[in-house]
Amino acid sequence: MSMIEFRKVQKYYGKFHALKDIDLEIDKGETVVLIGPSGSGKSTLARSVNGLETIQSGQLIVNGRDIADKKTDINRIRTDVGMVFQHFNLYANKDVLENIMIAPRIVLKMNEDENKKNAMALLDQVGLADKAHNMPSQISGGQAQRVAIARSLAMKPRCMLFDEPTSALDPEMIDDVLGVIKYVTSQSDMTSLIVTHEMGFAQEVANRVIFMDDGQILEDDKTDVFFKNPSNERARQFLSKIISH
Amino acid sequence: MITLLRTYWSTFLTGFGWTILSSCIALVASLLIGSIMAVFEVVPNKTLRTIGTVYVEIFRNIPLLVIVSFFYLVIPMYVVKINGFTAGTIGLTIYTSAFIAETVRSGIKSINIGQMEASRAMGMKYVQAMRFIVLPQAFKVVIPPLGNQFINLVKNSSVLAFVAGFDLMYQGNAIASQTFATVNTYLIVGAFYLVITLPISYYMRHLEKRLA
Ligand SMILES: Nc1ncnc2c1ncn2[C@@H]1O[C@H](COP(=O)(O)OP(=O)(O)O)[C@@H](O)[C@H]1O
Ligand SMILES: [Mg+2]
Repeated sequence: MSMIEFRKVQKYYGKFHALKDIDLEIDKGETVVLIGPSGSGKSTLARSVNGLETIQSGQLIVNGRDIADKKTDINRIRTDVGMVFQHFNLYANKDVLENIMIAPRIVLKMNEDENKKNAMALLDQVGLADKAHNMPSQISGGQAQRVAIARSLAMKPRCMLFDEPTSALDPEMIDDVLGVIKYVTSQSDMTSLIVTHEMGFAQEVANRVIFMDDGQILEDDKTDVFFKNPSNERARQFLSKIISH
Repeated sequence: MITLLRTYWSTFLTGFGWTILSSCIALVASLLIGSIMAVFEVVPNKTLRTIGTVYVEIFRNIPLLVIVSFFYLVIPMYVVKINGFTAGTIGLTIYTSAFIAETVRSGIKSINIGQMEASRAMGMKYVQAMRFIVLPQAFKVVIPPLGNQFINLVKNSSVLAFVAGFDLMYQGNAIASQTFATVNTYLIVGAFYLVITLPISYYMRHLEKRLA
């Protein structure tokens, strides 16, 4: 069963062709890492999945619903698809706990006690129970990203999108965040699409790795195949560059 | 001056009352309309955006007196009879709301788009994201310029005098022409305006400090 399915998807920004003929299937429970040079369309692809970017043609089926169909309730899909951004995007006017609780309250109409219990449990899981009443400006980047992950998980999504979740972090904070993501992906029924430049991490968690360049998917392989012997020349070059760093 | 104040005490107070009433109504209404227009100006929907932009561009670029005269002279001819106070307050509201819209819009723009995206990605509707996340932050940013708008509004309410709106300025004109005590009358009128505007000014400074 596929969780996410792109069928001949085209995306344009004005005249610029950002996603070219994308065909991609991600099964339920799978963890897929998406890599590629800057500007290749990774964010655009990930952001299409929850409708933050609209596609111009083709079909994009998420959890059985066609995103491009006008009749699809995009907000309904978004409750099933969590997203973690490079720059965390915590709500600056809410404390950490409220960042996690607000969407379940107003979108899912979750009972307040249950919501709070759930939020505290998530904060505990990401190791930040003591920060519940801090404002986003009072915590570090690594902590903010872990809160952002907890915030997404509070909606009990079936699928998570991570768009370079550690790219804005100081090196010493990256491992904590990767640890949390690893835990999230290890849950058997969670589907994850992760855009990252952390190759060691990709090797550890990914079932599959996809390489994009210039708006196209050039390579889509099982993780070990991808890292040992990528068939695409540009993927090979990209890997040798990024791994020698 | 004391005698003047004593003799015309109730006239000044009446004007003061109408000025406050007009200002309060216009303040609440223009804040509401201005905020709605500000949101119109930034929504993805093109029709609403056009409405917002056209509204703001028209009403902040016409003199207040022209807008007020329009409501005082033109509307009664074709639509419905309204008195000077009503016409003046409506005009004041519309004029001020255009400036408030611009102010609030700049506040919304100053909040990074990522918070809106995160809200939407969590399944919040656009309006919910605006109401709970973006607008509370935007208003905080624009408190100082909004304070200026409120002070301008109180001062601009003197336009009611031109359409027989019973306000402070109107009563001042009446007293001055009766007594010929021009200097003293307008000194007192000015002092009454300060009674309203200085506390606003002071309170805004206080808020600014507290929120900083
Ligand atoms: N909102 C936008 N408007 C116009 N062009 C955009 C926009 N977002 C991205 N692009 C362009 O689309 C291409 C792919 O961008 P993106 O998906 O962000 O790449 P990546 O995440 O791989 O770095 C880039 O060339 C970028 O300049
Ligand atoms: Mg990107």
